[in-house]
Amino acid sequence: MTRKLPATDVVIVGLGWTGSILAHELTGAGLNVVAIERGPWRDTATDFPPAYAQDELRYRIRHDLFLRPEQLTMTFRNNASQTALPIRSWGSFMPPNGVGGGGVHWNAETWRFLPSDFELRTHLVGRYGEKFLPEDMTIQDWGITYDDLEPHYDKFEYLCGTSGKAGNIRGLIQAGGNPFEGARSREYPTPPQKQPYGPTLFAQAAQGMGYKPFPQPSGNLSQPYTNPLGVTIGPCTYCGFCEWFGCGNYSKASPQTTILPALIRRPNFEARTQCEVSKINLDKSGKRASGVTYVDSSGNEWEQPADLVLLCAFQLFNVQLLLTSGIGKPYDPRAGEGVIGRNYSYQVTSSVGAFFDDKIFNPFIASGSIGMCIDEFNGDNFDHGPHGFVGGGYMGAVQTNGRPIQTARTPRATPRWGAEWKKAVAKSYLSSYESVTHGSCYSYRDVHLDLDPTYTDRFGRKLMRLTFDFHDNELKMSTYLTDRLAEVVQKMGPRQLEKHPRRGPYDVTVYQTTHTCGGAIMGVEPKTSALNRYLQSWDVPNLFVMGATAFPQNPGYNPTDTVGALAYWTADAIVNRYLKSPGPLVQI
Amino acid sequence: MLFSVDASPPWNFVFTIQGSTMVAKEIRLSANAIGKIAPGAHSTGEGIPGSSRSDFGMRRRQFLVSTAMTLVFSATSAQALVVKDGLPWPPSAGTPPTTIHPGPWVYFTPEEGAVVEALVDRLIPPDPQTPGGKDAGCAVFIDRQLAGSYGSAEGLYMHGPFADGTPEQGDQSPLTPAARYRQALAALDKYCRAAYAGKPFAQISDDEKDKVLSGLEKDEVQLEGTSGRAFFEYLLQNTREGFFADPVYGGNRDMVGWKMVGFPGARYDYRDWVERHNERYPLPPVGIAGRRE
Repeated sequence: MTRKLPATDVVIVGLGWTGSILAHELTGAGLNVVAIERGPWRDTATDFPPAYAQDELRYRIRHDLFLRPEQLTMTFRNNASQTALPIRSWGSFMPPNGVGGGGVHWNAETWRFLPSDFELRTHLVGRYGEKFLPEDMTIQDWGITYDDLEPHYDKFEYLCGTSGKAGNIRGLIQAGGNPFEGARSREYPTPPQKQPYGPTLFAQAAQGMGYKPFPQPSGNLSQPYTNPLGVTIGPCTYCGFCEWFGCGNYSKASPQTTILPALIRRPNFEARTQCEVSKINLDKSGKRASGVTYVDSSGNEWEQPADLVLLCAFQLFNVQLLLTSGIGKPYDPRAGEGVIGRNYSYQVTSSVGAFFDDKIFNPFIASGSIGMCIDEFNGDNFDHGPHGFVGGGYMGAVQTNGRPIQTARTPRATPRWGAEWKKAVAKSYLSSYESVTHGSCYSYRDVHLDLDPTYTDRFGRKLMRLTFDFHDNELKMSTYLTDRLAEVVQKMGPRQLEKHPRRGPYDVTVYQTTHTCGGAIMGVEPKTSALNRYLQSWDVPNLFVMGATAFPQNPGYNPTDTVGALAYWTADAIVNRYLKSPGPLVQI
Repeated sequence: MLFSVDASPPWNFVFTIQGSTMVAKEIRLSANAIGKIAPGAHSTGEGIPGSSRSDFGMRRRQFLVSTAMTLVFSATSAQALVVKDGLPWPPSAGTPPTTIHPGPWVYFTPEEGAVVEALVDRLIPPDPQTPGGKDAGCAVFIDRQLAGSYGSAEGLYMHGPFADGTPEQGDQSPLTPAARYRQALAALDKYCRAAYAGKPFAQISDDEKDKVLSGLEKDEVQLEGTSGRAFFEYLLQNTREGFFADPVYGGNRDMVGWKMVGFPGARYDYRDWVERHNERYPLPPVGIAGRRE
């Protein structure tokens, strides 16, 4: 039996970065906000104390912070000719669980997208012509510009205290920063983190080749910082337990260290944890959300009515909730019609391993986002004409960890076990170095999300089905980028160098990034997008859908800065436009 | 245990924060009283002034004076944590791992344990500098892992139908890791006794052991009723985990794996060493449970 609760102004599904930001902005505007979170409450001091947070087995290998696949997973196949099977244990990406969401265990690499990324199709067709793009590529413009988003990027970065060096302040190129970035209104809130040996050598090599290396922008702070909400973050200690881990040191920007301490004190905010939203409810007209239904951990079902529903779950689960709630037309890849499940995209990473005889890199001295990068081969920063592909990525020496179960490296020809393996591991651990490319993944007609015909979750709901493989464009891009990266690494003077470009087929067991994107994308018209430029549902105007769900394709950067900026952009639209006149913010 | 306790009727616990101390109180409530504190009561605020939209929070505040966090467990009421008016900050909420000590096998039979010790000692053989897998505690590590949540595939999606699928779709076995080890170790025993004059794996020569392992790795040694290659991959991964995981889990004894490569373990402040380029970090490793001198 579903029991109905008293209505609230706003119900938020998921209390990660976007849910926290919207809750803060909307409670600030005087609305009563209830946030419903599937996972547990998580707090810095109690859940990640430095006494035992540095535990590779528990967090990296056994996935202690992540959603349990038993609770919810999805099925996967490379293409429509295969039968999709359940992802029984996470591999390629790690869906978050609990308050703070992915903001708890992210690396905190805080990149803005390029101005051309937001108008991608228009930009590429303008420069290369329509025929240059693969026929089945479905990339689109976002419906907003970099300039629209700039103040909101700024707001998110100042919330986080991001450490970095600006490359472009109001159009003036700054020495030491990324000269390719869009104009920013001011310098980063805190200076760059210190750089260990590997990134320093990489930057010297890159500079010698005429590239413009710069420190990766980082949400692991270089110094103490008090944000505009009055919350103080500490300096990073370079412990090397960042990605996949919660930071016990209050030095990684997360909802816990930047926003929740302020939000939770608001009398008009309430969080309910361990409650899983099973459905977004619509009224009889089907054009208005009436609230959500959720199940608590005792299995009791509740209906929470609300005037405004904000879908702030992880990208994949936003799409699943739209599909299971019957909101928007599901995408049909054969007809190329429908919008929910359309334009799923991911990320295409690769690496170059290098083995040295005379160098000690201390790989364990790391943070999720220290490193020196170059951006010459990202987006459309270089002429793609001669290369026959579009897209790109940043590359560099990004020193994230030296955790030995995961990262003990050996040269390629080494056996995987036995005396020779042991000798090679002992020799290589301190003296090898891996540099990476972090590349774009564009969208295609056949790549999509829909509901699986066979497998169900614990409530009997159909699991979502992921149909995804890399396309030639991305594999060419990865080969090209990996070759350019290898040229820089070669200048670092290794004894041996190994290229690892991304190769197909896509393998759901091999970790790359948790940057799954799309499925309910923003755009300029309802025929090809689920959301308008304010991330408002075209079909249900009192429903807004946050996160990378809205990305029409994925650029060669980490998504969180843009996810945070979009949350502020939407919050601004709700407070300053929607509340004055509830209804569609874009007329068509 | 704090945020994930199973409801065990008929008990009802209310956890409250008082200053910095968490207090757990067992309460016995009538269904009526539960209705008053649990979300789901149909009442509309019971005359409390102010917004009816936050009324169950208000009612809760009345019921439990000035709480920052309330956890209600029972068979009949909601098992949601409601957070309002302040951060929940109970001390020691994240459960620290329990230190594993060597001792009798917990999951393996003595015979299985002996075979696993022999297996891990060939995957990571002893040498004059560093002990092998057996003395590093890898078999103890695997035994305790199989006896725990890893062994029982806790939290994984284990619902059918089960089909083999492609390698890119990942492991689709209906077996838990614990069951897989039991089955594969029995099949390995059968294979070795047939191939090596009745001897189990632990009693054949090192060269013969390596031949069996490499046959499993290359899918040339077939085990009855199970994939030898899949077992090899699990065994290799788990052995490496046992060699490099924190010693609290029973492997990496005396931090031998970490000392071998130069990893300082669970230390967490390298601010003074970030910019000391090309210098070997001088301090010995520490584990979660500290450092054994």
